[in-house]
Amino acid sequence: MKHALIPIAALLAAALASPAALAQKKYDPGASDKEILVGHINPYSGPASAYGTIGRTIAAYFKKVNEEGGVNGRQINMISYDDGYSPPKTVEMARKLVEQDKVLLIFQPLGTPPNSAIHKYMNAKKVPQLFVATGATKWNDPKGYPWTMGWQPNYQTEAKIYAQHILKTKPNAKIAVLYQNDDYGKDYLKGFRDGLGAKAKTMIVKEASYEVTDPTVDSQMVQLQASGADTFFNITTPKFAAQAIRKAWDSGWKPVHYLNNVSVGVGSVLKPAGLEKSVGLITTSYIKDPTDPQWKDDAAMQAWTAFMKKYYPEGDIIDNSNVYGYGVARTLVQTIKQAGDDLTRANIMKQAASLKNFENDVLLPGIKINTSATDFAPIESVQLARFDGKTWARFGEVMGK
Amino acid sequence: MNKRSLLGFAVLLLVACALPFLVSEYRTFQFTLVLIYSIALLGLNILTGFNGQISLGHGAFYAIGAYCAAILMDKAGIPYWATIPAAGAVCLVAGFLFGLPALKLEGLYLALATFALGVSLPQLLKYHHLEEWTGGVQGIVITKPDAPEFIAGLGLALNQDQWLYFFTLAVTVLMFLLAWNLLRGRIGRAMMAIRDNHVAAEAMGVNNSLVKSFTFGVSAMFTGIAGALGAIAIQFVAPDSFNIFLSITFLIGIVIGGVASIPGALYGALFIQFVPNIADEISKAAPWAIFGLFLIGFTYLMPMGVAGAVRMGLARLTRKAHNEPVREALSRPYSPKEENP
Repeated sequence: MKHALIPIAALLAAALASPAALAQKKYDPGASDKEILVGHINPYSGPASAYGTIGRTIAAYFKKVNEEGGVNGRQINMISYDDGYSPPKTVEMARKLVEQDKVLLIFQPLGTPPNSAIHKYMNAKKVPQLFVATGATKWNDPKGYPWTMGWQPNYQTEAKIYAQHILKTKPNAKIAVLYQNDDYGKDYLKGFRDGLGAKAKTMIVKEASYEVTDPTVDSQMVQLQASGADTFFNITTPKFAAQAIRKAWDSGWKPVHYLNNVSVGVGSVLKPAGLEKSVGLITTSYIKDPTDPQWKDDAAMQAWTAFMKKYYPEGDIIDNSNVYGYGVARTLVQTIKQAGDDLTRANIMKQAASLKNFENDVLLPGIKINTSATDFAPIESVQLARFDGKTWARFGEVMGK
Repeated sequence: MNKRSLLGFAVLLLVACALPFLVSEYRTFQFTLVLIYSIALLGLNILTGFNGQISLGHGAFYAIGAYCAAILMDKAGIPYWATIPAAGAVCLVAGFLFGLPALKLEGLYLALATFALGVSLPQLLKYHHLEEWTGGVQGIVITKPDAPEFIAGLGLALNQDQWLYFFTLAVTVLMFLLAWNLLRGRIGRAMMAIRDNHVAAEAMGVNNSLVKSFTFGVSAMFTGIAGALGAIAIQFVAPDSFNIFLSITFLIGIVIGGVASIPGALYGALFIQFVPNIADEISKAAPWAIFGLFLIGFTYLMPMGVAGAVRMGLARLTRKAHNEPVREALSRPYSPKEENP
């Protein structure tokens, strides 16, 4: 019996000795010598299930990283749950990931309402809510919510760019604005007003709003046209964007027409509106579009295509969301790489807030990811693009920070 | 209540009280949701199971209750526990008023009318004149309550999840006793008489329209109270939380749990809380297909719901003990409609 205890004693001794040996390595739940456990919440079912492909792309990308040896020798294992875009379910899944699965961080929850539902919880638990998939401006609040960070250019940033362009090209413009009456529309409108600065009051001659429940925006368009505006900022979701574009053309108004990035889909918006009626629309972009012929020989997009073929063959290679998923997953890998052996939640946030000129090559040339302790908005620059009847042609400089 | 069910109830309550000390905080939170759903299902079961009125829109009452609690806490600073009766009262009135025009509708037509309520409410919550109150699509974030000081005074250190669980458990027990008391009395018999044959009920002197509207109101009250508790547990309300799927889920819950059965509400709540998660774990690609399989499996194997299967199982056991035929033991619970003329 005495002898039987010896191996156990040896094991105990080893277990007690090991923390000393690993002195420089620091781990929070979810991290170890072998793996990094990442939580992920995405709608695979329900009204926003079209975005499910983003989660699949991310999973495929981590598979690729793991096959190539992982990050700093550790495998990235992702647990992905479906919340069906329902906030109560998001809360439940976030709690499961944090309390039961004990993940190091939660990556890329999608949508403004689901993220709002777990915003407080994640910050109370001090678990990173990293690179959330929504454009609301509130995710950039390092003081109030130091554990939450967005990724894509937020709505206010984008609207400011349109304002700058108007001030530069048409300083005496008379502007009409159509916006969806919710947080998304108001976020854009605020950014736009801020961008115009003191001139906002005189330059914006008419604002009209609509409800998501409205059948059409025709009457709003008539009001806007009657205001005598020569410039039009169109803050609408796809269905209404198509209606507004058509109405602006059919009524003979033909203002300089800025369209928010939310509704730039050629197939989903411009075709229904009429491609000839869409010529001249101005928008912004920040990510390489897989349908754009100019990226045919681009090394980054070729690498993306090869990745899709090998790791996610059932994915659609003309779907923009798959480029997005790839880009955002690369940003997380970069963050983890920078964290080195200090895999605490605090250090993950610190590294996410210390991305310096990170070139994520599926973003447009010249757009770099920069964050700091006071700036939790990774992508803050975009490039303007004009619709030429077939595709969006980028023009001008990369604007923003 | 006979001795056996009283014993069962006591054991169940004991297990329920021990539960939060045995499982993790996250599981405690899930069981809190089970209790909340069981109140909502009980509400729907009173209407659909006991009174025969089909509702595809009970998610709307759940939403009204949730918003009542959230708005009262957020705008008026009312403590969380006081919002529960307020939400119940608002839903009682809302349900009663909705029940009045619904009197003219029967069966599938009533199902459609309630469906309309269920689909329209999330959009109405986004309506911009109400935004000042509802917070529009942004919703309302509320703070989770801490355990009151007297609990610490008793020498119990409960965390937020455990406290909320016990608070919910207390409300649940109260609501179940209320329902049990209501359903076994005169009004309960009137409800079932209307379900089984409304002409006969009328002939016996039951005021059909009053009882039906009242049932609608009570049912909405139960569901609204569940909604208020749900808002406090989730700490967030938004229109997207209450889509039409919620209403359908409730209907699934009562059918799986057992139509016209009080304990059935608890079984149904366990089902709607845990089975979608299990389905999601089995297959990421098609969780709802797996869920569908579960649904078909349950309805096929337990045609009278889980409550029916449990009853049958118990009856078998007693038959073995007393050597009496199963049929007799089974004839005690509420008989299905088609057996009546």
